[in-house]
Amino acid sequence: MERESMEFDVVIVGGGPSGLACAIRLRQLAAERGQDLSVCLIEKGSEIGAHILSGAVMEPRALNELLPDWAALGAPLNTAVKDDRFMFLTESRAVRLPTPPQMENHGNYIVSLGNVCRWLGTQAEGLGVDIYPGFAAAEVLFNDDGSVKGVATGDMGRSKDGSEGPNFAPGMELHARQTIFAEGCRGSLTKQLFERYKLRDGVDPQVYGIGIKELWEVKPEHHHLGQVTHTIGWPMNTQTYGGSWEYHLEGNLVSIGFVVGLNYSNPWISPFEEMQRFKTHPAVRETFAGARRVSYGARAISAGGFQSIPKLSFPGGVLIGDTAGFLNLPKIKGSHTAMKSGMTAAEAVFELLAAGEIAGNEAVDYPHRLRNTWLWDELYRVRNIKPSFHWGLWPAVAYSAVDTYLFRGKAPWTFHHHPDHESLKPAAQCPRIEYPKPDGVLTFDRLSSVFLSNTNHEEDQPCHLTLRDASVPTRLNLPVYEGPEQRYCPAGVYEYVGEGAGRQLQINAQNCVHCKTCDIKDPSQNINWVTPEGGGGPNYPNM
Amino acid sequence: MKILVAVKRAIDYNVKARPKADGSGVELANVKMAMNPFDEIAVEEAIRLQEAGKAGEIVAVSIGPAASQETLRTAMAMGADRGVLVQTDDEVQPLAVAKLLKAIVEREQPGMVILGKQAIDDDSNQTGQMLAGLLGWAQGTFACNVAPEGDSLAVKREVDGGLQSIKLKMPAVVTADLRLNEPRYVKLPNIMKAKKKPLDTLTPAELGVDITPRLKLLKVAEPPARAGGVKVADVQELVAKLRNEAKVI
Amino acid sequence: MTALVIAEHNNQILNAATLNAAAAAARLSGGFDVLVAGHNCGAVATQAAAIAGVGKVLVADAAQYAHALAENLAPLVVSIAGGYSHLLTASTANGKNAMPRIAAMLDVAQLSDIIGVVSDDTFVRPIYAGNVLATVQSTDRIKAITVRTTGFDAIAATGGTGTIENIAVQADAGLSTFVSEELTKSSRPELAAADIIVSGGRGVGSAENFAIIEKLADLLGAAVGASRAAVDAGYVPNDYQVGQTGKCVAPTLYVAVGISGAIQHLAGMKDSKVIVAINKDEEAPIFQVADYGLVGDLFKEVPALCEALAK
Repeated sequence: MERESMEFDVVIVGGGPSGLACAIRLRQLAAERGQDLSVCLIEKGSEIGAHILSGAVMEPRALNELLPDWAALGAPLNTAVKDDRFMFLTESRAVRLPTPPQMENHGNYIVSLGNVCRWLGTQAEGLGVDIYPGFAAAEVLFNDDGSVKGVATGDMGRSKDGSEGPNFAPGMELHARQTIFAEGCRGSLTKQLFERYKLRDGVDPQVYGIGIKELWEVKPEHHHLGQVTHTIGWPMNTQTYGGSWEYHLEGNLVSIGFVVGLNYSNPWISPFEEMQRFKTHPAVRETFAGARRVSYGARAISAGGFQSIPKLSFPGGVLIGDTAGFLNLPKIKGSHTAMKSGMTAAEAVFELLAAGEIAGNEAVDYPHRLRNTWLWDELYRVRNIKPSFHWGLWPAVAYSAVDTYLFRGKAPWTFHHHPDHESLKPAAQCPRIEYPKPDGVLTFDRLSSVFLSNTNHEEDQPCHLTLRDASVPTRLNLPVYEGPEQRYCPAGVYEYVGEGAGRQLQINAQNCVHCKTCDIKDPSQNINWVTPEGGGGPNYPNM
Repeated sequence: MKILVAVKRAIDYNVKARPKADGSGVELANVKMAMNPFDEIAVEEAIRLQEAGKAGEIVAVSIGPAASQETLRTAMAMGADRGVLVQTDDEVQPLAVAKLLKAIVEREQPGMVILGKQAIDDDSNQTGQMLAGLLGWAQGTFACNVAPEGDSLAVKREVDGGLQSIKLKMPAVVTADLRLNEPRYVKLPNIMKAKKKPLDTLTPAELGVDITPRLKLLKVAEPPARAGGVKVADVQELVAKLRNEAKVI
Repeated sequence: MTALVIAEHNNQILNAATLNAAAAAARLSGGFDVLVAGHNCGAVATQAAAIAGVGKVLVADAAQYAHALAENLAPLVVSIAGGYSHLLTASTANGKNAMPRIAAMLDVAQLSDIIGVVSDDTFVRPIYAGNVLATVQSTDRIKAITVRTTGFDAIAATGGTGTIENIAVQADAGLSTFVSEELTKSSRPELAAADIIVSGGRGVGSAENFAIIEKLADLLGAAVGASRAAVDAGYVPNDYQVGQTGKCVAPTLYVAVGISGAIQHLAGMKDSKVIVAINKDEEAPIFQVADYGLVGDLFKEVPALCEALAK
């Protein structure tokens, strides 16, 4: 069937902080200059915010610049950070450490980033942005000259075997003068753009972490509004990068989460179970006595920082937000940088379009502008901290102190990253990890957790977790790594079923929460995450 | 024949509802809302009747807060021709909904009203029947097939243990069951077009309807967890228990 | 004041669901009568008079009541409702069809699908697909109620000494006519409406093996369901899926075979009256909700169960 097409000045792929900030800035500029500029934003989640998951402590710096009167506009930044705690955990003890300067949160807010995005979405619509949630950008379209022409939304109503079902509706082509990719960490289209335009040539590989989050409603006596706690140490060993957060926000809610660096080497590691185990620490568990878990989710984050920033512009489009990788890892914050990148891109793209047809149609000015913003300086200064963890926890902490306090982030060297998928060692060479069984009160299994993400995918559609080679799971992943996808997937998507020689990989695609960890960590990069039907995936409330 | 379709903005069917900690209601803050799935089936049926040349204009009606406009826009993106919102932030219970719809019916004079058989939030399964009762019209509830035949309407209904066929005098009220049809996907250009379709807003007062609730919600709670029972030793014991103790076979 | 229970029947036999509705009525303070509206339904009146605790049995016998069409039943009930404090019917297709029409004609609200009686004006009913229980108080003079049958154990069908009384019938409203009914006797019932469901999970192992689930279902006259895992594994089509995102079911008997009991599945069937689990893993979560658990190999136990049932 022929696809219909629609024309816009700008199409933005993804309704997270960067995409929405970009859309808002574009329409602000259009209004300031009295020009018309059509901006269309599509989002694969069922609504804006449905797929957003973050801690989150938000630094309002970018928001102050974008919408200075955000408080009057009702932005859901309700809980100012009051108390910052940084702890080192041993199995039974918690030692309070001085809070590193990057982690000081004075002036920041504990938020639900999903709710912030819902609010940004409303602001964007008010400014005339056309927002279409429930539509996934499934394909990049190219002009004859090789530049990006736009994107196509995914087909709807295809059956499992790929045939057209009774309600089949082909995807739409969205053509744009500039297409802005704001897919979030490990965007599936961005991955193609990296290759096509060689955007990663000469930069470090991106490295990642997986963040697993739970939202709890706790007893009022255990709730300390505005309290922020971060931990390092147990249950991670000193060779694995990881740590936790615990934020107390309004409504007796506590956001608790655990991040594990995806460069871990022991294939027996299960980030999900590390998170469950973490909650049982004596310094942690008391907060959750008599509490009720209300939501669960997971998402990969880009951790490479400065050295891993790819080329940001290409003919017909740009990359913004975490799909490019602007997260400040020592700060464990990325929403302010994501927004700033979106706003900066908006300015460059607006100028480009205002100038009329320009050969190459590339917003080359965007990276230049970005270099002159606080974002660049901020990421530059912390560039050596994450890679120093390659030495293990304590040398890294010591190095980070030297780098931060002595060199103030301006050490005359830069450490480099290695791709996460290459770090796994064969299971036989690693100690097996036995995780405690969930108690159903404080700790849970995967499926009862996924249940709280409200995720779903229409059952009768092609599997969106594609294998480049279907024999790899049983030929490589199972014999060498004991099926690590069963453990790194936080949603129980991957399961090896059957006995002995008959063991096979079963992909429970319905459970997927779109965290992208499989696409990152699969040792031979055999798993390719593609967009399912629009509207599928989690429906996170207040995450 | 004009068709009126009633649509409700309800919690998305993928989202698990949970009671608020104080038991005063269900937590709906920042929860994904969508058109009640049975109402989507109702809209789809109206559109199919129109496409088959058996219906003229399709008017979608919703009752609720301003955000219910989105639900009407969805109905119009699917194919409804225009929308009417009866806007109120107050709780509107099924009897009041039926009275408001009756007032709209009197204005619009449709030949048929189609609604979902129930909403997935309050699970009442009342509004269509109440509307038919107030109007003195025939009702074809839990419909899995609808066929206009001259001035009558043949309706196949899902009943306990099978299907029932009835013939109704027109005008009539139909409530949609799950198997009536599978609603279409909304297309992007149609969402844009729907933004330009007419949408009128009324209030209960303008329609002269008293919507004071008759039922008072005292509290909500999570259902008690099911307790495990006994383990049986073998199949014989199981059959004996099912026959003699549980009496279910 | 007295409550009125509208009997569900096929003009010959009183439907057992009426006994559940009567059980709810018996929890109220004023006793209950039963209305039998039908055609040549004398036998039903006799059965209704035997319901334990019944007061009067009101009989409206006319052709227009033969099929419980709401357009005719509602005016009849409205004509006698003034003498009653509560009107109850089971949440059957007929009950759900007629009661709201009656309530609207009386200008009273309805309480749907109650599962508990707190007092004469306060009731418990499930909302949000059974994920939440609401306690609701009615301010109306007449309480129109439908009763979820699994919420109340049936009242005794015998021992009552009701007096049978004929009441005036109303003319045919002329709005609707019954054409035909196809009751699915031989083929399997619909999942959503089935009284008994047999569901298979990942443990069944393959599409071919699902035949043993189907055999058990046919012996029990049950519908066939499946867990999300079994659907994902491609053993059965997706319309078999029991669970929050597929279908919520609440049959009288639910037999879970080779189903571990992931929460998605439990959410979809936890309102079943009696749950049976057959699973080889003694620690499977399904046993935490099953009334009767059988630990064993399904490929051995299910055929044995079929054999025992066939006897």
